[in-house]
Amino acid sequence: MKKAPNVQEKLDIEAILEGLEGYHPPRKGWTWRTKPEGGLDMGPFHYRDMSLPLKRSIGLPASKYFDHIDPQPACVVTTEIASGRFEDDIRRMRMAAWHGADHLMVIRTTGQSHIDGLLEGTPEGIGGVPITRKQIRASRKACDLIEAEVGRPINFHSYVSGVAGPEVAVLFAEEGINGAHQDPQYNVLYRNVNMYRSFVDAAEAKRVMAGARIFQIDGAHNANATAKAGWLVMPELMVQHGINCAYSVAVGMDKALIGLSTVPPNSPPAPKLWFDLPYAVALRDFFSEYKMRAQQNTRYIEADIEEATRTHTVDTLISMLTRADIQSTITPDEGRNVPWHYNNIRGVQTVKQTWAALDGIQELLSLRHDGPLGEMVRDIKERSVAFLEEVLEVGGYFAAVERGFFVDSAKYPERNGDGIARDGNGGVGAGSLVARDPDYMAPVCDHFGENHLPSGTAKACDPIGGCTLCNPAKIVFIDELDPDDNCHKRLEKTLPYRKGGRIRPEAEWAGDGTVLIQLFVPENEDIAPVYAVEMARKMGLADPEVIHTMVLHPAEGCFVEVKGKVGFDIDRATLKIPEKETLLPEQELRDAVKAVGLKVVAATVGEDEHSVGLREILDIKHGGIEKYGVRYHYLGTSVPVDKLVDAAVETGAHAILISTIISHNDVHRAQMRKLAELCVEKGIRDRVVLVAGGTQVHREMARETGMDATFGRGTKGLHVVNAMVKVLKARGAV
Amino acid sequence: MNEDRNTRFDRRREALRAMGDDELKARFWELTNQVVAPIVELAKTHTSPSIERSILLRMGVDSVSSHGVVQRILDAGLLGKGAGHVVLKVSQRRGVDVRAAAQAILDDASVLDGLF
Repeated sequence: MKKAPNVQEKLDIEAILEGLEGYHPPRKGWTWRTKPEGGLDMGPFHYRDMSLPLKRSIGLPASKYFDHIDPQPACVVTTEIASGRFEDDIRRMRMAAWHGADHLMVIRTTGQSHIDGLLEGTPEGIGGVPITRKQIRASRKACDLIEAEVGRPINFHSYVSGVAGPEVAVLFAEEGINGAHQDPQYNVLYRNVNMYRSFVDAAEAKRVMAGARIFQIDGAHNANATAKAGWLVMPELMVQHGINCAYSVAVGMDKALIGLSTVPPNSPPAPKLWFDLPYAVALRDFFSEYKMRAQQNTRYIEADIEEATRTHTVDTLISMLTRADIQSTITPDEGRNVPWHYNNIRGVQTVKQTWAALDGIQELLSLRHDGPLGEMVRDIKERSVAFLEEVLEVGGYFAAVERGFFVDSAKYPERNGDGIARDGNGGVGAGSLVARDPDYMAPVCDHFGENHLPSGTAKACDPIGGCTLCNPAKIVFIDELDPDDNCHKRLEKTLPYRKGGRIRPEAEWAGDGTVLIQLFVPENEDIAPVYAVEMARKMGLADPEVIHTMVLHPAEGCFVEVKGKVGFDIDRATLKIPEKETLLPEQELRDAVKAVGLKVVAATVGEDEHSVGLREILDIKHGGIEKYGVRYHYLGTSVPVDKLVDAAVETGAHAILISTIISHNDVHRAQMRKLAELCVEKGIRDRVVLVAGGTQVHREMARETGMDATFGRGTKGLHVVNAMVKVLKARGAV
Repeated sequence: MNEDRNTRFDRRREALRAMGDDELKARFWELTNQVVAPIVELAKTHTSPSIERSILLRMGVDSVSSHGVVQRILDAGLLGKGAGHVVLKVSQRRGVDVRAAAQAILDDASVLDGLF
């Protein structure tokens, strides 16, 4: 592995772009995660279905309560990235990898599947990135750095489809792409590529992929993203998966590198499990020798991010109840915009959280095959076999496509007549196939079909002294073809945001300025979104646009999300960043506590009955100040401040600790000030350390309220002891 | 037609019902392989401009040149020989390497005359 980049620094894109002409991938082929035999112990827990943890990662929010463990699912986890600029894609890849993605899929720019040949350079894409040699090399080089940083191989993935499939496959094989979509049916049905051309090209592309051990994912799941009633096309989906698998094996692919792209087809409020579970089981029965790439549902997802996440949680449950070798994630905002950085992370977190929660579920629960589940599974299987029989009866696959057998939204054998029918003589690339002559020859490796090499040729590429797959030095690297539309021009513009200390928020691209505002508007759904746009405009946001409105009540109001662009920069140097509190060594703290016999009085003040936060700061069992030898006198909740001060005087306490949680009208600030003033009045201010905490309190509040230290969420006893000892030391009391 | 299809489905279904799970699975794969067999044969015996360009790429010809070269070979009616075959032949005839041969075809398509 390469040397990891500095964790504290952003990826240096200019450095990545240097020397690309001589870059070759250090390894090729797909990598699975390593799942230890007998499970894995992490923190206080034993896990049954987890892979080895990362060297560096960011756990789920709650991980701080569990020794910061970050269990990683046994399956590979995918995130799909589509910013349209590879230089922004790679930064997002790094963030996603830290949250547990190891299959980074890059969506192609719109229309690339109809481009008859390879693109070069780094032009900007729409809804995806133009896939080119330079883009792949730069991205793969970034993946090398990222995998060194997180300590787990990254599978980099894109698409081998369209009318340049074989060339794209060669490019991917040369450049070390690890996974790719390849399914000739996808071209035929959704891209209207001529059906004969699509399949003939696919054979070559698949052979090339097989040679480079590129993992293949098919395109069948598009049927339930396209058909009106996605949950009814299940028999057809089995057939589509079957055709791509059988074709792939016939042209030389290893079954271990063939994956089915499968989506639980239904979504709540539908009774999802009654459709998705039998389908998942039927599929895994018939395709037991193949890998499952479980995707999440997009068909019924619109603007509501939370709705998407809930459905995706159930999708992941279905994966865990059956089998997933790769669990793909859909960014929860996919229904409303091109995915934003942080929503890739949210998608990955949904899987990580679900997988941890349900770890080892198959040891606790099993599916009941003897009831309705078994009957439904059998029904899907029988219908799919009957579907195949009819395909053969009408004259085979091509004839069936011409008759609209596929993506019909009725449940087979019913027909709605809305299937996608294609003409064998039509489509992109129609009439472009050429029969191979009896002396046809291709002097290269990983070529499929008839090939009449000179007799005695040991290796196909011997006649040319080696092909690029055997000798990467022969690969021709083309840098840029367009002097204006390239990454160097774009990087000049974003330089201030990457290296110049200027800050602007972003959703997709460096410096794009995009922000999202969430608000409740007490107006109906006609008024609320109009108000939101007007409000955003008055806040100074450019291009305000409502991307989600949820009615809470027809008259009472709506939840609205409005996006817009911030038009100004802030210079990082002008920001006053609070200094990080440095903690004294624990032994030094204990010694100081012992030396003064540190004693405190503590209470929740004001009209506040909450005590949980303060108890955690005090009690030894929560790692509170007691653990460090501090003795405390706890007075309870809703204690008046003067009573606390009296108690401090009475007991000779060195410090007073107050906690306040409910704090409307700035009650918390008032209580703090009152405490400080009382201590001054009684002449004990220089003898006691005053500490305040609470959910609405933060560290910067001390000075204005007269406290010695103030603490907010996430504070531990250690922090409080540290603060008290520091003050005592400063006063020369210890 | 629809009536007829449904009747035939019912008949098929009756036969499938008699099968055990393993038998049904075997039948699925047997039929799937039957569906793809003629397509595999088509792929073995045919080629396309993209396949031929992918072969030139593997021979070390850049993507831009491979486009023009394959077009010229297609125009000359020689794609059935294989573009790699044609370029190799030109390189052998002229005693130049593969890239120079590809360039020669781009410069003057008449180098393809009488090659086979």
